[in-house]
Amino acid sequence: MLTKSLKWIYVGIGLLLALVPIIWTVAGSFRTEADLYGHTASLIPHEWTLHGYQGVWQQLPFLRLLLNSVLFAGATTVLTLLFDSMCAYALARLEFRGRTVAFWLVLVTLMVPFQVTLIPVFMELFHFGWLNTYQGLILPRATSAFGIFLFRQFFMSIPKELDEAARIDGAGHLRIYWRVILPLAKPAIATVALLNFTNLWNDLIWPLVVSTDNTMQTLPAGLALFAGQHVTDHAVLFAGAVISLLPIAVVFFLAQRYFVAGISTSGLK
Amino acid sequence: MTTLAGKVPAALRGRGPVGWLFMAPSLLILGVFVLFPIVRSLWYSLHHWTIGAAEQPWSGLDNYTKLFGDEQFRRALANTLIITVASTAVLVVIGLGLALALQSENVVSRVIRSVFFFPTVISLTTVGMTWRFLLDPDIGLIGGVTRALGLEPVNWLQSTALALPTVIFVNVWKNAGFVMIVLVAGLKAIPGEHYEAASLDGAGRLQTLRSITLPALRPTMLFVTFMVTVQSLQLFDLVYVMTSGGPLDHTETLVTKLYRDGFVNYETGYAAATSWVLFIVVVLVSALQLRIFRYNDAD
Repeated sequence: MLTKSLKWIYVGIGLLLALVPIIWTVAGSFRTEADLYGHTASLIPHEWTLHGYQGVWQQLPFLRLLLNSVLFAGATTVLTLLFDSMCAYALARLEFRGRTVAFWLVLVTLMVPFQVTLIPVFMELFHFGWLNTYQGLILPRATSAFGIFLFRQFFMSIPKELDEAARIDGAGHLRIYWRVILPLAKPAIATVALLNFTNLWNDLIWPLVVSTDNTMQTLPAGLALFAGQHVTDHAVLFAGAVISLLPIAVVFFLAQRYFVAGISTSGLK
Repeated sequence: MTTLAGKVPAALRGRGPVGWLFMAPSLLILGVFVLFPIVRSLWYSLHHWTIGAAEQPWSGLDNYTKLFGDEQFRRALANTLIITVASTAVLVVIGLGLALALQSENVVSRVIRSVFFFPTVISLTTVGMTWRFLLDPDIGLIGGVTRALGLEPVNWLQSTALALPTVIFVNVWKNAGFVMIVLVAGLKAIPGEHYEAASLDGAGRLQTLRSITLPALRPTMLFVTFMVTVQSLQLFDLVYVMTSGGPLDHTETLVTKLYRDGFVNYETGYAAATSWVLFIVVVLVSALQLRIFRYNDAD
């Protein structure tokens, strides 16, 4: 009995710690500055206001930040899915010279921390004239060793007889990849897509480095820089944070099992 | 494959350039934006490289020796290691507690697990902002409650003594659900017979945990500590948003240091040297972990 009540006290404290910060921030996006300073011990607004959500559009290039985030996370995820699965198809289903070497090269990129390449990639983009451009933001991230690895594992579990049958029917590799293998790989596609999208949507250091111009920044970078200045209206910042969290929260509640499956095999930043 | 291979023309089996064509987009991107930059980064770190300078003179290991005389770097390295060790230790204990408490498959457990897991998908930027204002002595809830209790609010992030523990606390807050979810998966994989055998032997709760659960959980523990340490060693967003490395470098990490040198002060070569120290630290810490977990195997 004692262990049982101790367990629920432990879980209860945990729940309080997990929920209060989120509730306070969401509620804060509906509070006036005077309310925030005047009732610091209060979790919810004394008077509700929407001025935070109006201020977001006036005090920040918010629509632009939102558009950049959608383009960056969306386009990069689509390209990653295509390139990673193509690469994995060759690694898992084809036999050719140099395949092992190619696979080792992919593994090397998986082991080196991203920060090691950050400075040279910044220099490359500088020389290409690609800083503050969408291609500079998207292309360097348009494939991921982790995705290749995950797709490869998945493709290897699909019986080879399927492609052999398709080949006898006269199908080429492109057709087998697109019509036979990809339709069977939906769980892998969902996992890679969700993890990639979330990581990219939440990423700070990459857009911060590659886009110095504030019309080319993404939501996290824009909000972080805004928060770094002297904040005179906290509701605006909270509203920005809530809006940027919304898409991920919706996806989380709809597709939690894919998150759990993906994250428990690969982790999230 | 082997049975049918003989009947299919060689060209269709993809012996030719087909494989390379399929890999071309990924390999091109990885080559240009990962593999070549790795070499390039090492090259920069051996030069007094500054963006836009007419000459980039060779410096040998100067950048590395300079790093270890740099007070800010020494703090960054120490802070990074403290954050990593403290976060990992606390996370394993808290995460294991939550996993044991919530491992059963009923609605209540599942809903509570979702609540704990949710912070995992929130960006570190948002998490950092939330906690920065929550802890703010003027507007934050924590300060408000402290005042309501008749006490003086604490300025957590401006204090040289408290800023680092606070950053560690928030890092734990963000990752506890991740550790819990992975450990729940690990717990479910333990065969039920092991527990039955233990209870037949009359083992108590604590004894079962020690002799059955923890040993069976070892591979999962290795995985989860590996993920958490690598994440903590590369901590940037949280610190950038909450403290920018302050007060007086007391929360500076290796990655905020390399960001500052590389992208604020434009000392490219110097920042590249820091990134290689980070790489070496990641490799050493990972090797150490493998060592610890394998050492236990020998018991």
